[in-house]
Amino acid sequence: MLPLIVVAPLLGAAVAALLPAGRLPWLWATAVSWFMLFAAAALAADVLELGVLSYWMGAWMPPIGIEYRLDAANALLALLIAGLAAVVMPFAGRSLGHEIPVEKTPWLYAAMLLFLSGQMGIAVTGDAFNVFVFLEISSLATYTLIALGRDRRALTASFSYLIMGTVGATFFLIGVGLLYAMTGTLNMADLAARIPDVAQTRTVHTAYAFIVVGICLKLALFPLHLWLPNAYTYAPSAVTVLIAATATKVAIYVLVRFVYTVFGPEFSFGEMPTLYLLVPLAVVGLLSTSVVAIGQDKIKRMLAYSSVAQIGYMVLGIGMATSAGLTAALLHVFNHAMMKGALFMALGCIAYRLGTSRIDVFRGLGRRMPFTMAAFVAGGLSLIGVPLTVGFISKWHLVLAAIELGWWPIVAVIIIGSLLAVIYIWRVVEVAYFQQADNMTRCEAPLSLLLPTWVLVLANFWFGIDTRLTVGLAEQAAALLTGVAP
Amino acid sequence: MSFFEHYNYHLAIVLSMIGFYTMISRTNLVKKIAGLNIFQVSVFILFISIGVLDGGTVPILEAGQENYSNPLPHVLILTAIVVGVATTALGLALVVRIREAYGTVEEDEVQAQDDLP
Repeated sequence: MLPLIVVAPLLGAAVAALLPAGRLPWLWATAVSWFMLFAAAALAADVLELGVLSYWMGAWMPPIGIEYRLDAANALLALLIAGLAAVVMPFAGRSLGHEIPVEKTPWLYAAMLLFLSGQMGIAVTGDAFNVFVFLEISSLATYTLIALGRDRRALTASFSYLIMGTVGATFFLIGVGLLYAMTGTLNMADLAARIPDVAQTRTVHTAYAFIVVGICLKLALFPLHLWLPNAYTYAPSAVTVLIAATATKVAIYVLVRFVYTVFGPEFSFGEMPTLYLLVPLAVVGLLSTSVVAIGQDKIKRMLAYSSVAQIGYMVLGIGMATSAGLTAALLHVFNHAMMKGALFMALGCIAYRLGTSRIDVFRGLGRRMPFTMAAFVAGGLSLIGVPLTVGFISKWHLVLAAIELGWWPIVAVIIIGSLLAVIYIWRVVEVAYFQQADNMTRCEAPLSLLLPTWVLVLANFWFGIDTRLTVGLAEQAAALLTGVAP
Repeated sequence: MSFFEHYNYHLAIVLSMIGFYTMISRTNLVKKIAGLNIFQVSVFILFISIGVLDGGTVPILEAGQENYSNPLPHVLILTAIVVGVATTALGLALVVRIREAYGTVEEDEVQAQDDLP
């Protein structure tokens, strides 16, 4: 079951490329993504019950063979990827059918399935080199998907993402190579066992620096985020939903995995100054990109900058180096995927009807597209962190973690960040509900787009009220990663 | 330990810097891809250097041979080369599409066209 979750979309991509153009590739991709969701749910249930699952590729015993390993941290991530894919795929049919010429559909869905396969591969693999390979599989698929955007700037956005993404992945590869030179192994668990013996060497320090910087490029930590706003803005709507909700989250997971499991908290926070690197960058990024988001008149671009700000929250949690902080970071990974997914899907509905996401088309949209705007507002509330939504849950945990450390300025930063989010969400709400458009005809998005959007919106509320599953998995994962017995 | 003893590692560093500099300083998109490629190749050299053993031979079983180079880095680099080729191909394909859309492959000219209203 464990390798199947990666192999199914990989083979599915090949099948999708061979199908005739039209609706068939989409139906196939949807079926594959739903299968992934069922598989991921079954695996997560197994992990909760049995603990760590391990699969040996070709029955070669790790650390010699390649190991797929699933513990609470990856189970949460696998569930997130598969869940979002299962919601986005039905949405993609109508939305992408509108934006992309029909003869390209087989390749389009092949690229989407390849992307999912890469993401899932990163999530479940226990082998450092495998992370690089899957990272590149999903990145290459992402570059093509972004380049499919209708605006020609999608091409330049994709190109600069390609340059920066490849540099990031190659940095990561250098780091893995240096680690291999020092320890002679690529298996993450084995690396974790062997690194303490050589932790004092300059090679391991260099490897750590390369790996952290490389991944931070991929996850768009503040000064390295320049590729992200354009990539999100010009990609087709459904693609933006998918990459905004999963791609940076998976990179966050890789960072957590390397900082906490492979190098271990003692090395990362004792030997190396990770705290002084991640926390200030997260704080500066969180505040500055929120301010930049306020000034955008393209709403899709505004949400892209807000994504960079939200990444700040996650990195902040990672930088706290406590079990509570890590719980908050992992929770926010899961919760931010749901809220940003809902917001970008609402924008996708608007783009489907009105063709753009500039702020002036929002005039009077509260009455022209009531359900879509309601979804947008609900997603926005969740982004701000209003109680009863998921945004509140993760920010609450983050604030608690900061208080536990006595970091009062950080608590203030988290609250200021939320207030800035209120400003940029309110701008849209104000235009949509309090300004009149010249043309007030109703133009609600079709049900096939609204339904997936509302599924995610309701998930925002559901997981905001019933937090047992997400908080439970996140706490278990954080305890496992920080080495505290659960 | 003399400076030249580890010349292969120094070579990898010099190559990666050349690649990086090309990527940053050139505005021509094709040259940027070339720089990216040089940067990747420097990493391949680093990896292959790791696997080398003094007096070792190719990792094929043969009578009278005791020492073999480590084959694992070579295998890893084969994979990385494939990834590099795919990235280069995709990058060049994007350059072709950029040229179709903008009529130029110079980054500053592309930027100037986008800045127009």
